[in-house]
Amino acid sequence: MSAVLAQAVTLAQGGEVSTGEAVAFWILGPAAVAGALGMILARNAVHSALWLVLTMLSLAMIYLTQRATFLGFTQIIVYTGAIMMLFLFVLMLAGRDSSDSVVEVLRGQRLAAGLLGIGLAVLVVTLLGRSLTDTQIAAPLDPYSPEGGGAGGLGRLIFGDFLFPFELSAALLIVAAVGAMLLSHSGGKKTKKTQRELVEERFRGQHDRPSPLPGPGVFATANSVATPALLPDGSVAPESLSRIIDSAAAEEFRDEIREVSGTGPEADAHALITPAEGAEAPGGEGTDGQRADSEGDKA
Amino acid sequence: MNRMNMLLAQEQTRAEVLADDPLWLVLLKAVVLFAFGVVMTLFMINWERKVVGRMQHRPGPNRNGPGGWLQSLADGLKLAFKEEVIPTSADRKVYWMAPVISTIPAFTAFSVIPWGPEVSIFGERTYLQLVDLPVGALVVLAAAAIGVYGIVLGGWASGSPYPLLGALRSAAQVISYEIAMGFAIVSVVLYAQSLSTGDIVDAQRNGWFALLLLPSFIIYVVSMVGETNRAPFDLPEAESELVGGFHTEYSSLKFALFFLAEYVNMVVVSAFATTLFLGGYMAPWPLSAIGDGVLNTGWWPLIWFIAKMLLFLFVYIWLRGTLPRLRYDQFMRLGWKVLVPISLGWFVIVAGIRAIRTDGGVSTTQILIVGAVAIVIIVLLSLLIPEKQVAEDANKIPVTGSGYPVPPMDLQVPTKPRRKVSAGKSATRSELTGSTTGKEADDGNV
Repeated sequence: MSAVLAQAVTLAQGGEVSTGEAVAFWILGPAAVAGALGMILARNAVHSALWLVLTMLSLAMIYLTQRATFLGFTQIIVYTGAIMMLFLFVLMLAGRDSSDSVVEVLRGQRLAAGLLGIGLAVLVVTLLGRSLTDTQIAAPLDPYSPEGGGAGGLGRLIFGDFLFPFELSAALLIVAAVGAMLLSHSGGKKTKKTQRELVEERFRGQHDRPSPLPGPGVFATANSVATPALLPDGSVAPESLSRIIDSAAAEEFRDEIREVSGTGPEADAHALITPAEGAEAPGGEGTDGQRADSEGDKA
Repeated sequence: MNRMNMLLAQEQTRAEVLADDPLWLVLLKAVVLFAFGVVMTLFMINWERKVVGRMQHRPGPNRNGPGGWLQSLADGLKLAFKEEVIPTSADRKVYWMAPVISTIPAFTAFSVIPWGPEVSIFGERTYLQLVDLPVGALVVLAAAAIGVYGIVLGGWASGSPYPLLGALRSAAQVISYEIAMGFAIVSVVLYAQSLSTGDIVDAQRNGWFALLLLPSFIIYVVSMVGETNRAPFDLPEAESELVGGFHTEYSSLKFALFFLAEYVNMVVVSAFATTLFLGGYMAPWPLSAIGDGVLNTGWWPLIWFIAKMLLFLFVYIWLRGTLPRLRYDQFMRLGWKVLVPISLGWFVIVAGIRAIRTDGGVSTTQILIVGAVAIVIIVLLSLLIPEKQVAEDANKIPVTGSGYPVPPMDLQVPTKPRRKVSAGKSATRSELTGSTTGKEADDGNV
């Protein structure tokens, strides 16, 4: 009945690789390498992150085939589940079209990076070479017993033999987290302004305008958020466009906005003023985005 | 021979029995689990609509099928034939992958749920469970962690602002609530001394962990609602704020897959909560005493398991019918400032108790006595603390319940000064200047 398990154990003790393991390796190994290459070569940052996820999942699966189930699932939960999710979160905040700057900020960075990279490669290759020739194969793991590769055995090692390095890395992580919080909140203690203070500031001219922003589409023919509000003179109220929608669609609709606001070349029935006057209307094209941004922050 | 088989069976662990399942049995179990997930989704949608309808004094769906129970089946079929609209700004590959990523892990998590004890299927002895991994509890967590990628990527790949906001919310939500959830599970694991779901159920033979680890249970239930993006924590969808959140731009079968994943996830976490805290497939107390535990053998436990699972699913519907959606900052505050610290503190207590019990050779009675003595000492010490002298504020005005100052007992109502004889003249004057000024003039007189 337990012949299957026994066979697996004897095979592992003999240091041979079973067929199932070989098949799994030859699927997962190339997938992991492809993921690593894809991560470097992908143009889009989110695609890059996804390739890395593929590598991590393949590694987790390889751990599972090595009967290190705890390690495998911890890899999935911690690396793919938490860390890569954080990466994705930041990448999405950065926006889908943002690309890396190729300008070198640090002097000689590329040279140093190249040298260190080659050094690392040499190190890895020599280690790999040694592991292929003279390394004792570890005893097979039995994840069902606490002494084997299960959570119990790992816990005993971490909190026994390797307690000091473990505590050290924990301290490092906490210092990093506290440092990040300190840096991000270093702007002094900001108390929230009361409504009265805000009103006074508005009328002292510390804001761009005393009134709130015009609602999207309020004076326009549609009530969609993407439709700009029109000012009484028929021109577009630039602040009425949502910042997000502005960045996504304002470029595409530039001509339409021009047309509606009367800044386009043709005469427009909506405009109560001549096109020439419209071009000089307050909040010209160049400063639109900037003004909308600053208003958005304050609102 | 048969007896010998039985004797052998006694020695075999759950994992060994399951590892010996023939291939046809494994396939049968997998297909049944998949069908169960799909049927539960159809059932849940209907049940939810009916229960929420009843809570709002309306009948809910009652047209298609007997009692309206085939409504969601009809909706599902219709959904499959709908036109698929893909936005031009979408990242097509990721857009296509996202619903799949979200659905597959949801079904994967089913595999480690122990539905029942040892039974015989077509003469083959097995457990009602697909696989018993030594780290079964982690499989559910890992599946949840991967499933969220579907939501996040779907929102991002749609290439439009609202889904992106939904995706961002979902990512932050999962990172925040997985921590509290993990701590709740770790407490259970410490008590069961195993990560295997089957062992966790066996460890609850003498008492459900819901009673033994009540704080963990509460934290798990709260965070499981957060993890599955259900009301009142359905911020990634938030119909009133984000249209449909991450699935705004999805239509047809891809949308149906997201829907399926959401409901299967609900079933999975409910089943997992049953396993961890409500004794899994064990019969509840008065039933477990019948006939020397006969209701804990054979196929009976499947009934208890599904009943307990439906209890959690009903709570989901109940929450949706009663609670408004939390604001995002409230939600984050609840996660990071309430659930995480409480679960950390509770975990330290649990770990301490476990350490004392395993190493110190201390019995439960001794722990209870020491605990009682400690509580008595704390209460006695609290009596020694001098009562805080509240400085009387001389200018403090007592306030009534509605916020108005309480009139003092010796209130002297000032007498109104006598009106002058010329009052008539001033009245005519106020009439001339307009009625509104009359009051002001009066005030000035007083």
